[in-house]
Amino acid sequence: MERYICAIVLILAAMVIALRNLSKSYETAEGRLEVLRGIDLDLGAGDSVALTGESGSGKSTLLHLVAGLDRPDSGEIVVGGRDISKLDDRGRAAYRRTEVGLVFQQFNLVPSLDVAANLAFHAKLAGRHDPAWENELVERLGIGPLLTRYPEQLSSGQQQRVAIGRTLAARPGLVLADEPTGNLDETNGDAVLELMLSLSKGTGSTLLMATHSQRLADRLDRQLHLRSGKIT
Amino acid sequence: MASLSGSQAASEGFAGLGSAAEGFSVPQPGLPFRFPADHGPHTDFRIEWWYLTANLEAPDGTQYGAQWTLFRSALAPREANGWSSPQLWMGHAAVTTSGDHFVAERISRGGVGQAGVVAEPFSAWIDDWQMKGLAAPGSDQLAELNVTAAAKDFSYELRLSATGPLVPHGDNGYSVKSAKGQASYYYSQPFYAVTGSLALPTGNVAVTGKAWLDREWSSQPLAEDQTGWDWFSLHLDTGEKLMGFRLRDAGEGFTSATWITAEGRPEPLPAGTLQIVPVRTAKVAGRRIPVAWNVRIPSRGFDVTTRPLNDQAWMATSTPYWEGPISFGGNVGGRGYLEMTGY
Amino acid sequence: MTTWTLATALLSHWRRRPLQFGALLSGLALATALWSGVQAINAEARASYARAAIALDQNGLANLVSPNGGSLPQSAFVRLRRSGWNVSPVLEGDYRFGTTRLRVIGIEPLTMPAEAQTVDLGNAGDLLSFISPPGTLVVSPGTAEKIRGQTDLALRVSDRMLDGAAFVDIGLAQSLLRRDGELSRIVIAENQRPGLEPFGALVPALTVREPNAQTDIEQLTESFHLNLTAFGLLAFAVGLFIVYSTIGLAFEQRRPTFRTLRCLGVSLRVLAVLLLAELVLFALAAGAVGVAIGYLVASLLLPGVAATLEGLYGASVPGTLSLRPEWWLSGFAIAMAGTLVSSAQSLLRLMRVPLLAVAQPQVWGRSSQAGRRIQVLAAAALLALSGALLLWADGLQAGFGILGCLLLGASLLLPAVLSGFLTVMQRTSSGALVTWFCADTRQQLPGLSLALMALLLALAANVGVGTMVSSFRLTFVGWLDQRLAAELYVAARTEPEADRLRAWLATKVESVLPISSVDAEIRGQSMQIFGVVDDPTYRKHWPLIAGLPDVWDRVASGEGVLVNEQFWRRERLRIGDQLDLANDWKSTVVGVYSDYGNPKGQVIAGINALTSRYPQVSRLRYGLRVQPDQVADLRASLSGEFGLPPDNIVDQAALKEQSRRIFDRTFLVTGALNIFTLGVAALAMFLSLLTLSEMRLPQLAPVWAMGVTRRDLALLELLRPLVLWLTTFIAALPLGLALAWVLLAVVNVEAFGWRLPMHIFPYEWVRLGLVVLAAAVVSVFIPLRRLAGLAPSELLKVFASER
Repeated sequence: MERYICAIVLILAAMVIALRNLSKSYETAEGRLEVLRGIDLDLGAGDSVALTGESGSGKSTLLHLVAGLDRPDSGEIVVGGRDISKLDDRGRAAYRRTEVGLVFQQFNLVPSLDVAANLAFHAKLAGRHDPAWENELVERLGIGPLLTRYPEQLSSGQQQRVAIGRTLAARPGLVLADEPTGNLDETNGDAVLELMLSLSKGTGSTLLMATHSQRLADRLDRQLHLRSGKIT
Repeated sequence: MASLSGSQAASEGFAGLGSAAEGFSVPQPGLPFRFPADHGPHTDFRIEWWYLTANLEAPDGTQYGAQWTLFRSALAPREANGWSSPQLWMGHAAVTTSGDHFVAERISRGGVGQAGVVAEPFSAWIDDWQMKGLAAPGSDQLAELNVTAAAKDFSYELRLSATGPLVPHGDNGYSVKSAKGQASYYYSQPFYAVTGSLALPTGNVAVTGKAWLDREWSSQPLAEDQTGWDWFSLHLDTGEKLMGFRLRDAGEGFTSATWITAEGRPEPLPAGTLQIVPVRTAKVAGRRIPVAWNVRIPSRGFDVTTRPLNDQAWMATSTPYWEGPISFGGNVGGRGYLEMTGY
Repeated sequence: MTTWTLATALLSHWRRRPLQFGALLSGLALATALWSGVQAINAEARASYARAAIALDQNGLANLVSPNGGSLPQSAFVRLRRSGWNVSPVLEGDYRFGTTRLRVIGIEPLTMPAEAQTVDLGNAGDLLSFISPPGTLVVSPGTAEKIRGQTDLALRVSDRMLDGAAFVDIGLAQSLLRRDGELSRIVIAENQRPGLEPFGALVPALTVREPNAQTDIEQLTESFHLNLTAFGLLAFAVGLFIVYSTIGLAFEQRRPTFRTLRCLGVSLRVLAVLLLAELVLFALAAGAVGVAIGYLVASLLLPGVAATLEGLYGASVPGTLSLRPEWWLSGFAIAMAGTLVSSAQSLLRLMRVPLLAVAQPQVWGRSSQAGRRIQVLAAAALLALSGALLLWADGLQAGFGILGCLLLGASLLLPAVLSGFLTVMQRTSSGALVTWFCADTRQQLPGLSLALMALLLALAANVGVGTMVSSFRLTFVGWLDQRLAAELYVAARTEPEADRLRAWLATKVESVLPISSVDAEIRGQSMQIFGVVDDPTYRKHWPLIAGLPDVWDRVASGEGVLVNEQFWRRERLRIGDQLDLANDWKSTVVGVYSDYGNPKGQVIAGINALTSRYPQVSRLRYGLRVQPDQVADLRASLSGEFGLPPDNIVDQAALKEQSRRIFDRTFLVTGALNIFTLGVAALAMFLSLLTLSEMRLPQLAPVWAMGVTRRDLALLELLRPLVLWLTTFIAALPLGLALAWVLLAVVNVEAFGWRLPMHIFPYEWVRLGLVVLAAAVVSVFIPLRRLAGLAPSELLKVFASER
């Protein structure tokens, strides 16, 4: 565990992401399913990009690949100058730990840890535990009263705020969000998104967010539309 | 012949008595009795008994019968101290009224004192039943007896006093039992006057009457083809006595009798002289038994018919048989006992 | 929808989860098996005691006995008979036929009351050969097998006889036991004529012993059965833990199905009845399997039980099992009851939960704060009760009460202790992963706590019973070394041979120690009196517990005797107490020696004192002191010179080995049950982990996503149960030692009459620890392999928004 705590990778002030000819397919009951077919994409440091498309258009898969959770069949994912698709399990884990923040639609939080521990969890893993920054996040997210609660005792909106807080507490260069407001009503969703945008701007993080809501997508710097495994 | 009931009881209960003598002594003619020694057990013989029957009467004239018997049966012709003694003892006691017949049985091993017989001072006992001689040492040990027996539903105590001598049967006590020569030593004291009391479920009764004691021992009392017997002991109103029996076999059977004068002189009668014929049968314990008999000795002009005090005088012991008081009438009257086995 | 369609829908759950199905059935079957196995053993043993009671206790008739427990004269019997009492004499004692020691019961068949004639002596001819020399032994088939060829006496085999006993004629008994004219007791028939003189007037020296007086054997063996039953219950409880958790899980997992079915119009009643029917079906199936396994277990263990009972208590039980309806019925009943108890909570919850409640499986097994508090309070109450019993209660039942409360209380406390331990660890750690590890383990505790409690019980029983047995063994072996000091033991076949042997030996060995003993009844107990010569062997080696300084001088002079520990404790004797040894033989207790493994009391007197009271005592057996290197030569010349068969010359080493073997056999059953229980506990743990592993993904996926490799996660998953096993193991050590202490210092004294020093065997703990570790690794192995082989896509599914 030491090696997680003593992680030494520095934050890259400017995270440049380049995807080249990225393809990914899955075996399904109906045969081979080509999810991504030759994606090319460049993201600049501090960009906030919305990824839109129908259900099943490959948004989540693309995010998972960029997060180092999965490997592409072919193509390159160059982040900060390294092709992370060439990294082994351990290398990709280190990458996720130190450079990426993830916000999912659900099951973001560690069920056995309370809110405070969840908030600090990723930052500690990344070796960037900063209580002052955490306090600020707690205040901005308005989750102060929830710190001793467990995830299952929170509403979906509360859970999502904690998840955002946990991600940003680790100051990742890259924030990947997969339908972060999908489980929330409109008002809550807007509030959460607003928070995420302003906070990631504040930390200089690059944000890549998958959503099928055009209204949300409009709020981001850039929009990419995914259809049949290709960016259009 | 009450005797032989015991022998049959023994043969069923303890096996082997109908077979050869196997090392046991065999009765020989011409050996006179020696008293008091012969009152005691003869352990070199297979079987032996002290057999008392009493015809009793209450002051109101009610008739009773009482029986007290001690059988000895030897597994081997010897005696030993302790449990290794091969002598087995069996006691039968009964009281008969016109309506009831009470029976009890005791079985014991010899050698430890639970049962046995001592010749002088005479005593025969099994458990708490006893026949005890009261006579002074040196005198006739059987002259005065005290007899007790007790069971769950009855008990009695009888005081016996002999008014005549001991009587040997057959050839001076050598009593032949079959044409093949089976024999026993056999003597009686038929002259007892009795006083005593019976304790019955209905209460105590003081009684008086007459009693008859048989002493008999042998080793091979029955011929193989003999199936049972009918035995009579009769007190005639004349003061005379008659002992007679018939051993039944496939043919005529074998009869024998002793006529005893009022003075106690035995007159053995030749085989075949006694004639007995059943005149009435009764259903007893699931079988038909001749309970009334015509008894005749033509040479003496003796012709009587007996009838039982109680048809149902059945001895429901380990070897069952019929034994009960009778009275008789004809050309002479009197009372006595009848025993029938093998029915 | 037909019932069949419904049932298919419900049962399909099990088809998709064969492992869970297997867990349910095997848990139930194992629980039933151990329970019914133990019941079978108990039933068999009890049946043979009943036989013993019939044969030995004269079927509930009163007896006349000597108040000091000694012999009574035969003349008393004759006197009673001649006063009209319907009584029958009995003489009992131990007699050796070759190498087999039998309880010889001399009876008198002609006077024996019919209600006491439990063994058929056959027809008149058989009866005659029974009472006539040389005589007949009436024995059980097993005993007949043992002594065939060892005796010239005729054997008559009766199924109604108990092993190790023989009916013989009273006369034969008197001559075998060399007790002419003596009786042990006089049986009083129920059927007596009225108006008899009372016993007080006839035999004032004797007392009537009423038939309901409990025999020693019953009391002693009762403790053993309580022991077995406790083990059986323990195993059953452990098995039920499995059933309970499996059923609970299956209900939770099928909640969506239930909801769907109810939405489709199936009434709650129909649903509940169907589920109940399903459970009954399972219970019957598992019960059948369980009874079959139980029969197997019992038939494997019964020889050991028989050995134990024979070794410890002298009670004889045949080593074969008969199929008794009472225990297979009870097997089914217990399976059914266990299933219903285990499922009651789940069924109730099903009835109560509203139709449209969240169909999502909840975190299973999470117990409420209040529930945990109640559990801790119950634990505290049980432990307090255990302490109170220890301080204020007496008797064997109290001893087992202490054990029960201690074990149950401690196991109820375990989850709270583990949870506290993990909380402290979590608080004091700063690393994110350590914190998570502790928190996650703590969160799993409710789901594992039943299995952990079972494990604690099994481990504590193992440590406790192991400590007891090892302490016993160590003490016993040391004691053997003291007791078997002579190098060679030789037995002559006849008295003249013994005379020649003594003369011959006089020049060949350092000393000859006669071993003479008589059977006696002292203070109402049947026991042996040994006579010893004055020899340094005894002075140096005999294991005295207490005694006067000049104890051996006093024994040699005939002034005093030694008693064994069990007699000493049972009778609360003190040094200096007077003891009536036999008619007209009084002596003083001058010392106490330990005499393990002997159920009976024993007295040691000077040989002269013994032979002067019992001139007829057998003087056939001798201990010989020689230089160890001469043993083989002496042995050879003994058999050469006297033609003694090998059985008659035993050397010390062989005797010790034999004693040790008997001892080890004695505790075979305990060991086997220990292993069974541990096995069931391990299975419970395995199944719980397996169950939990199915719900691990939501716990692990976020951590993995945040940058912990699957390999590290797998290692942590391996570590988690190991930490729990280890913690439980450590908790089991003090509990096991407490258990051992109660067994040695409380239960043992109550049950056997001797107290043993407690020895600690850390090496055995290490061994047990390794076994536990191996079991733990095995129990984690399958769940872990599943995790290690997990594809990222599986983990990703957790996050997929389109689930």
